[in-house]
Order: sequence, then C-alpha cells, then structure tokens
Amino acid sequence: MDGMKLLKSASFYLLVVVIVVFSVFPFYYAIVTSFSTGTALFSVHYWPVAWDWSNYESVLGGRTFPRNILNSIFISSVTVAFALTLAVTASYALARVRFRGRALLLMTILGVSMFPQIAVLAGLFELMRYLNLLNTPWALIISYTIFTLPFTVWVLTTFMRDLPVEIEEAAIVDGATPWIIITKVFMPLMWPAMVTTGLLAFIGAWNEFLFALTFTMTEVQRTTPVAIALLSGASQQEIPWGPIMAASVIVTVPLVILVLVFQRKIVAGLTAGGVKG
Amino acid sequence: MTSPTLGRANDLGLSLQQQRQRAAFWFLAPMVVALFCVAAWPLLRTIWFSLTDTSMDNLYGGKFIGFDNYLRVQTLSNGTVRYRGTLVDPAWWNAVWNTIRFSVVSVTLETIIGLGIALVLNAEFKGRGLVRAAILIPWAIPTIVSAKMWAWMLNDQYGILNDIMMNLGLIDTKIAWTASNDTAMIAVLIVDVWKTAPFMALLCLAGLQMVPRDIYEAARIDGVHPVKVFWKITLPLIRPALMVAVIFRMLDALRIFDLVYVLTPNSAATKTMSVISRENLFEFNNFAYGSAQSTLLFAILAIFVSLYIWLGKVNLSGEGR
Repeated sequence: MDGMKLLKSASFYLLVVVIVVFSVFPFYYAIVTSFSTGTALFSVHYWPVAWDWSNYESVLGGRTFPRNILNSIFISSVTVAFALTLAVTASYALARVRFRGRALLLMTILGVSMFPQIAVLAGLFELMRYLNLLNTPWALIISYTIFTLPFTVWVLTTFMRDLPVEIEEAAIVDGATPWIIITKVFMPLMWPAMVTTGLLAFIGAWNEFLFALTFTMTEVQRTTPVAIALLSGASQQEIPWGPIMAASVIVTVPLVILVLVFQRKIVAGLTAGGVKG
Repeated sequence: MTSPTLGRANDLGLSLQQQRQRAAFWFLAPMVVALFCVAAWPLLRTIWFSLTDTSMDNLYGGKFIGFDNYLRVQTLSNGTVRYRGTLVDPAWWNAVWNTIRFSVVSVTLETIIGLGIALVLNAEFKGRGLVRAAILIPWAIPTIVSAKMWAWMLNDQYGILNDIMMNLGLIDTKIAWTASNDTAMIAVLIVDVWKTAPFMALLCLAGLQMVPRDIYEAARIDGVHPVKVFWKITLPLIRPALMVAVIFRMLDALRIFDLVYVLTPNSAATKTMSVISRENLFEFNNFAYGSAQSTLLFAILAIFVSLYIWLGKVNLSGEGR
C-alpha cells in the first residue's frame, strides 16, 4: 500500500518536472546559445561552455539595434498611455451608466478585439500614407490602438462593474459630477487594474509584428521583433544564430521579469479579458 | 477629454439620469472615434479595394471592377470558359486548408495539454507557485523570439532536437524540420502548442479554482472514481470558461501570421491565409487581389464567431449576470 502511494507521488512529481522543463528549456537553451561563438555554436551543448559576451557586444554595439529597442519602448509606452486615457472614461460609462445600446456597444468592442489584423492592413496602409506617417513611430502607435484599446476598455469595464454601488452613491449625494466621480472616486481604486491592463497592453504592443513589418521601411525605424526577424549576417547563406539569440534574450529578459513579478495580477487580468463564463 | 457640458449639466436642470447619460456620451465619444479610425474605416477601405483594380503605386487610381478579384468568368473566342480570381486560385485554397488544419489541430492539442497541466496545478503540492511562474514564461516570450529560438532548436544540422532524438534512438537521420514540406507544419504546431498551452492551462486553472472543493470531497466519500468525477463534475462545471477560452484561441489561430512567416518562410505546406494575403498586398504587387483575400479571411472569421456563439450559447458580454 505504501509502495503504491510512493509510486503515485513520484510519478506526479515526474509530471511536474516534465511540465517545467517543457516550459523553460527553450529559453534556457537560447541563453546558452547566446554565450557561444564560433565553432561552439555548431556542436550541441546542454550546459553553458563559456561566458562569452561577444554576441551581446556585437548586437548592442551594432548600428541599429539599440535604436530599435528605443523605438519599441517609445511606441509601446505611448500606445499604452493613449489606450488607458481613452479607456478609463469609456469603461466608466460602459460599466456604471445605463443607456440604450450599451450591450451592442460592448459586443462591438469585443468584436474589434477579435479582428484579424490583416483585414485592416490595406486600409491602414492607405491611411498612413495619406497622413504621411509611414516609416514613423506614429504609424505603429495609431495602428496598435486597434488591439490595445478594446482590450483595456473590456478589462477595465469588467473591473469597474464589480465595484460596489455605495461608493458612487455617496459621491452623487454630495453633488459630484461624473467627471469628479471618475477622477476622485474610481481612479484611486483602479490603480491596480490599470497597472495590470497597461502591462498586458504593453506586452502586446512590444510583441506586435505584422504592422511593424509593413509600416517600417528602414532599419532604424524597425521595432525589436522586426529587427530580430530580419537580422542577417555577412552573407545571405549564413544565419547569425549567436547574435540572434543574444538579441532575443535582451528583449525577453525584461518581459519575463515583469511577468514573474506581476504574475498574480496578470493571470487575474487575462481571465477578466478572456474567460468570462 | 472633458467637456464644458459636464460641469454645467446641473445648472441646466437636467435629471440625474439625463446628466449621467450625457456625460457617458462624451466619455465614450473619443473611444468610438478612435476605433472608427483604426478599425471600421480601414476595414471598409480594404473591402472597397477588393472590388477595384488598385495597385500599390496608384492607390487612388483604381477602377471599380465588381467581384472580378474574387471570381471572373471569361469566355474565350474559341468558346472555352475560363475562371479566374481568388475563389478558383489553388494557392488560396491551399492557404485556407493550411489555416484550418493548423487551427483545429493546435487548439485541440492546446486545450487537452492545457487542461492536463491545469489539473496538475490544481492539486496542492510543494513548489506550486514556482511551477505556475515557470509556465508563464513561454507566454511572455515574444512570438518572433520563440520562432527564432525554435528555428535554432529545430535546425537540421546543429539543432538540439535532432540531437536529443538521435541519442534516444527515435530517428536515425537528421530531420530538416522547418525546410521539409512533410514536417514544416509539425514544426509550426510544436512551437504554437509550446507557446500557448501553458496560457490555456492558466485559463483552465482559473475555471477549476471556482469549482467548490466540497463537491470533490462529497464525490470522494461516495467513492466515485476520479475519472468519472472529471467527466461528470469537473468538465461540465468549467465548460463555460473553456468554451470562451477555446474561441479566443481559435480566433488567434485562424489569423496566425508571425510564427509562420518567421519559422517557415515561403513554405507552401504552412502558408496561411494571413501570410498569402500580405504577400499579394505588399510583395507581389497584387494590392487589390490581396485585399480580396483579406476580406475573405475577415468573412470566414465573422461567420465562425457567429456560429460558435449561436451554437454554443456562449455569453461573451458578461451582461445580465
């Protein structure tokens, strides 16, 4: 009987180990590769053989990659700030005020968040060319609104709906206008939710590829995903795996740290945005 | 942001409800305008382009040509009838089947694996928090980065996956995972499942944790077999959460672009609807034709969502709870 129990818990822990290895190994291997150069790249190593920073030096000392990182930081931050500004007031209206067509508006917002981005690509390209914004960060900031705004509105609306009526009623009795209610009553309560949604929207903008690939034309204007995807070596045949892995680690480590620090909040935010049974 | 009407609303003697509704209008207006500019308008323009012969160099010179980009019937002088357009283009249908095959297989695998991981994480054990953190890592890694990481691991000559499989004796010759037509789709599926199964697991776990513990307790006391408990109690209770998670994943899968574009460039075995549309739009100078293909993708997604909501009776809006 005891042997049976032992076997059971051993196989359970084995399963846990498999799950962890399956999740973490590729990232671990990218880190190992990023520290290998020359011939070390062309034989498989399961453990780090050397701490050679030259891949990092070549990526960060390169002409464009540092600029690409700055582009990504700027674009993602402005996109998030813009989306949150519009979303706070909109979600108050959607969550707390009864008006006709509210359910329809909510469904439309959800519909937009499910949009295949390719369906607006031709139209957005025309718009950006008309506004003379192609190959500038603004083309991406404006286009990213299509997925960050519906998402932030949706999550903040679900969050605000769950706040008790009483706090608002007290403010109304005191004669507060809706604007005062949002800024003085709801905003202080919403900080945690706004940090989470902002972070998720930031990750979405940071990782976006299709618009960034289409609306940038020169190397300096690229964001990091496009730069990594199009990173090429001295010749067409030779793929610079070392620098690619170094660049990948550079853009991923901050995200992984953020996600691990905020993991509880992120899971809560994703469940509010995705699963609402 | 704000507007003068908000402050003065009280003075005009409006009822509280009217005042709130007026404020709501001004609060919603900027968002609605923004969404119109980046979503509705570009979509309408794309649909319009699909009905013209617009080209990249001459965006405004396109003439209306009806549905010719979709289907055009030509009768040649010798009497034979020829069909042209996306709807009879084998490359397009290849992309449609690739997309559907990819979406169905990947979402099925992700749901099963995700549910499995969630069941493990729902048990109490030491280090559960660490495991939950670990499975968030694939989700946090940008898709392009995961595509590159796996492209390296799946490399035919120096890849670690071939090395592991050779050492275990599973294969005797190295496989060109991403380059060969037989395995390109498998490669894309591996990476997609790796990246999103853990995420599915977290969504399932959130659903599982809402199931009251005493139900399991009661089932255990009654001696119900755990497998039966899963099928009769757990699954029906988390079904609503699961249905919504599946539809969101499915929509993501149907519009997949970045992973395929980076992992298996120019492979006919994996080319999806988004990839072929973008190719026609910006690489092959078939702007109108590419617009027609992206319009079709939009239509397919819209039909899929409507059917799913209708058949599954999914309550997405969360209204009326």
